[in-house]
Amino acid sequence: MSQDTRPSPRPSAAPHRRGWLDFLGSMNLAIALLVVIAIASVIGTVLQQNQPYNGYREQYGPFWFEIFRSLGLYDVYGSAWFLLILGFLVLSTSACIWRNAPHMLRDMQSWRLGVRRKSLKLFHHHAEWVADNPPGELAPEAAGLLEKAGYRTRTRNAGDHVIVSGVRGAWNRAGYLFTHVSIVIICLGGLIDGNIGLHLRELTGSLVVQTRDMLLSEVPPESRLKPGTILSFRGNRSIPEGTATNVVTLQIRNGYVIQELPFAIRVRDFRVRYYSTGQPKSFETDLEIIDDRLKKPLRRTIRVNHPLTYRGYTIYQASFGDGGSVLKLTAWPLAGAQAGPDKALSSRKWVVSNKYPIETPRGRFTLEITDFRANNIFPVKDNRRPGGKRFEQWGPSVTYRLRNARGEANEYVNYMVPRRIKGRLYYVSGVRKSLDQQFRFWNIPADAQGTPGRFMRLRALVHDRRRMDVIVRRYTESVYGSAARIGKQRFAQRLKLNRAILARYLDGSLNQVFARMQRDLAGKPKRFEEVRKFYLGTLIELLKQAYLQVLASEGVNVSQGVTNAADRQFFVDAYEALSVLPRYDAPYYFQLSDFRLVEASGLQIARAPGKTLVYLGSLLLIIGVFVMFYIHYRRVWVHLQPRDDGKTGIVIAGTGTRNSIDFDREFERLVGQARKRL
Amino acid sequence: MSVSEQHLSFDHDRAGLLRRLGVFDWLYAVALLAGAVYAHRGYASLMDGYEIGTLYLTAAILIGLGWHWRGFRNLVIACAAASLLAVWLYQPAIEAIHAQGLYGREALAALASDPKHARFLFKYLISSQAAIMWMSALYFGATLVYFVALLSRSDFAGRTASALTWTATAMGIIGMLVRWRESYLIGADVGHIPVSNLYEVFVLFAIITALMYLYYEKRYRTRSLGAVVLLVISAAVGFLIWYDVSRGAGEIQPLIPALKSWWMKLHVPANFVGYGAFSLAAMVGIAYLVKARSGHAGEGRLPSLEVLDDVMYKAIALGFAFFTIATVLGAMWAAEAWGGYWSWDPKETWALIVWLNYAAWLHLRLTKGLRGKPLAWWAVIGLFVTLFAFLGVNMFLSGMHSYGGL
Repeated sequence: MSQDTRPSPRPSAAPHRRGWLDFLGSMNLAIALLVVIAIASVIGTVLQQNQPYNGYREQYGPFWFEIFRSLGLYDVYGSAWFLLILGFLVLSTSACIWRNAPHMLRDMQSWRLGVRRKSLKLFHHHAEWVADNPPGELAPEAAGLLEKAGYRTRTRNAGDHVIVSGVRGAWNRAGYLFTHVSIVIICLGGLIDGNIGLHLRELTGSLVVQTRDMLLSEVPPESRLKPGTILSFRGNRSIPEGTATNVVTLQIRNGYVIQELPFAIRVRDFRVRYYSTGQPKSFETDLEIIDDRLKKPLRRTIRVNHPLTYRGYTIYQASFGDGGSVLKLTAWPLAGAQAGPDKALSSRKWVVSNKYPIETPRGRFTLEITDFRANNIFPVKDNRRPGGKRFEQWGPSVTYRLRNARGEANEYVNYMVPRRIKGRLYYVSGVRKSLDQQFRFWNIPADAQGTPGRFMRLRALVHDRRRMDVIVRRYTESVYGSAARIGKQRFAQRLKLNRAILARYLDGSLNQVFARMQRDLAGKPKRFEEVRKFYLGTLIELLKQAYLQVLASEGVNVSQGVTNAADRQFFVDAYEALSVLPRYDAPYYFQLSDFRLVEASGLQIARAPGKTLVYLGSLLLIIGVFVMFYIHYRRVWVHLQPRDDGKTGIVIAGTGTRNSIDFDREFERLVGQARKRL
Repeated sequence: MSVSEQHLSFDHDRAGLLRRLGVFDWLYAVALLAGAVYAHRGYASLMDGYEIGTLYLTAAILIGLGWHWRGFRNLVIACAAASLLAVWLYQPAIEAIHAQGLYGREALAALASDPKHARFLFKYLISSQAAIMWMSALYFGATLVYFVALLSRSDFAGRTASALTWTATAMGIIGMLVRWRESYLIGADVGHIPVSNLYEVFVLFAIITALMYLYYEKRYRTRSLGAVVLLVISAAVGFLIWYDVSRGAGEIQPLIPALKSWWMKLHVPANFVGYGAFSLAAMVGIAYLVKARSGHAGEGRLPSLEVLDDVMYKAIALGFAFFTIATVLGAMWAAEAWGGYWSWDPKETWALIVWLNYAAWLHLRLTKGLRGKPLAWWAVIGLFVTLFAFLGVNMFLSGMHSYGGL
């Protein structure tokens, strides 16, 4: 019976055979595992997970890239070692339950009436005194007292003594079981929903991860999963409006496989709703499920936070993009002498996500239209506004790449609506050489009709060798006098210099010329500044002459020069835009002139059959935690021993799971009441 | 005698709860229920089943807490009265402004600043910004007075500090409730419960931590912990003010689609009971370490080590229980919004790390029976882990849970 007198059974004190079970179920291992998992989890939050491998390679260099890869750090939570630690936690918890559950269950039901008087006196909480009445009378009193304090009681008359045993909150023990069993259940559910099935298939070679982009129809069968081959997955698919699909793409590390669905999903319509401030309020897709099991297609609308679950597959609104919008682009040449848009290119229809070979004044290019957006809403810093920012609508935009014959490409983003900057309108076009750069913006001034026409006429003129030559010659004459006056050779020299200034400007190398000159005139900054001023002055005069011609061709009276302030300002803007032109580096400026929007809804489709188990475990965990913390387990014994003098020796002792202040107080109070009444 | 009666009233929570209830307690319950029924009947068309469930759950929790804890009951009554007054005052004022063609944000701004409309009460007391400013000032004041009380051992100062803390908490709650109303005045589609961004949850954090502290203050009949605990609240309020002034975070913003869910009403408050309790435990841990170090010098200034240990344990247990609920609710929400109940998103992972940390703490304490300084240190370090999960993840890591960016 000695076991029954243990004040509070500690698992570690249980007299079991030492062995691996003891090790697994030990508290030290459990605490170590909790801490190790916590620390290991940090890795995956610091190092961004499941990104394209090229990015990692650039970030960490080839050496560390390989080391991190072999350690599985790009997918920590799916790596073998992490799963192994988790497995250990499950084993450890199971061993702990295995060792402790039986005696805890017994303990819950046991009244522990066999406890000895001597043991009770060893309790931290105990008191003893002598009462006048015999045990038979005292016992019901004691039981009543305990019951009033919330204890369940049992009395046993053992002949030589009477013992009243009270227990309260025995369910606390169930709290322990609930919490620990729940951890095992949750981990099992998580295991079902993890991608171990995928890994196994990959290891056995029955599944091959593709890393190249290819058409869906080209994906070979060994990279496709039939419905039901794996229990759980999470895949994505972008579906253009009006089309249907019965597959999703599963991203695996830096590649993918195709998961087939037992039904098809058609996107009927995708829409974004906005608040009056311009921020998006809701992303919604009207779906249609097409399944042989259904008499007619199932129509539902999903939106963020409101997915659709069908046959165990849950369909989420995850993203959106362009689904093949049809665009009209006005192709303004940026090289050659033609001012107006290219007729053939400008009358074509272009479909987003397609590539088109085109002939340009600079040779053959490929136009790759990558994206179209009907709305561009940007937060703009604005300290006058509460919140420090406001939202600006930039309207529709097209993103495309122009790839030359050598395969080099710039990416451009063009906004359809001219933007008003300081009261003047500009067509804005962004350009970048590679995807990791920021766009640099080119502002083309709009003319009085709101078109890029005037700027393009000026651009065509300055690129027109023949006509510019006339302007350069006339300008040179006006400054230095005619060849007849200053001599043929001198005139030819001046003419050559002025031509060169213009040519360097137009091919974008004027700044290099200045840089070289600054080096050559290192000791004479004043001289350099003079020359630079002279060059720029000449250049601007030449451009101004060209501009006057453009104005004249529009019917503007330029006999007094440029008199209109707006026209003068236009020249300043046009000069700026012309200077950027060489860096813009494109054969055409494709002005977005019209579009028919076709959106695509980005859906995420997931199957997680372990979810029920996880939720069940979670419920058990919550109940368990509350039971453990808020149902206090305590026992009180009243031991009544008749004495030779006819009186009764009372020993009262108690124990709580935690020797907390609460139990100190409760025991004190119980003893106080008992002393009064017994 | 009054002290021991109070003492007993807390201990007899099981045996005599229903017997202890007076007429006023029942009136309180009936009023709360009536309020819930009124809201249900009036706005059922705008709520789904879960939201109606949440409404009644809230009423039940307020009734339960109010019955168990007098101070809380009075707080609920005061906040309800002030907020109703605010709503009642807002209605005709806002209608008058609407009549002049000002709507939404502009109408609200006119109400607060335009001398034609600005009512003293709006500008200085019950508009949510004003109320939250009052809360901030009062928490600062309370911290100061708690320190005075601690150093001078003045009972009057102690009681003043308590009163200031209660008032600050009331102002904070009123500010939040009025803010809720204001969000609907900006636009019917903008309206939402104010627990959606960093500004709002910092107010929530201050209120919840203060309430938990006040509960233990009453329960252990000691005001000497106030100075320590209010420090963390003051720090939060300091951040709140900086955040509002420098980033204009106080402005009400419409919800992004991912947050438009009834889960928010449950997930966020549950989380902040957890965060608040862990912070409380850490501050008590600091008090424990100070007390343990000062030995006899600190005699009488701080509660005994046993009491500190007990409060620390209880706070962590409470925090752990609610953090568990919050994480499970978060997982269930993620299963609806992000396509899976667990994605190892940085926020999820850090929630797990916090959970594991306190799970280890509780194992050490409950099963290994460890006490004293190591656990106090652990609780203090736990605050930094919690702080990182709460703020650091938003500041330094990217992920889906980036609703409270800095």
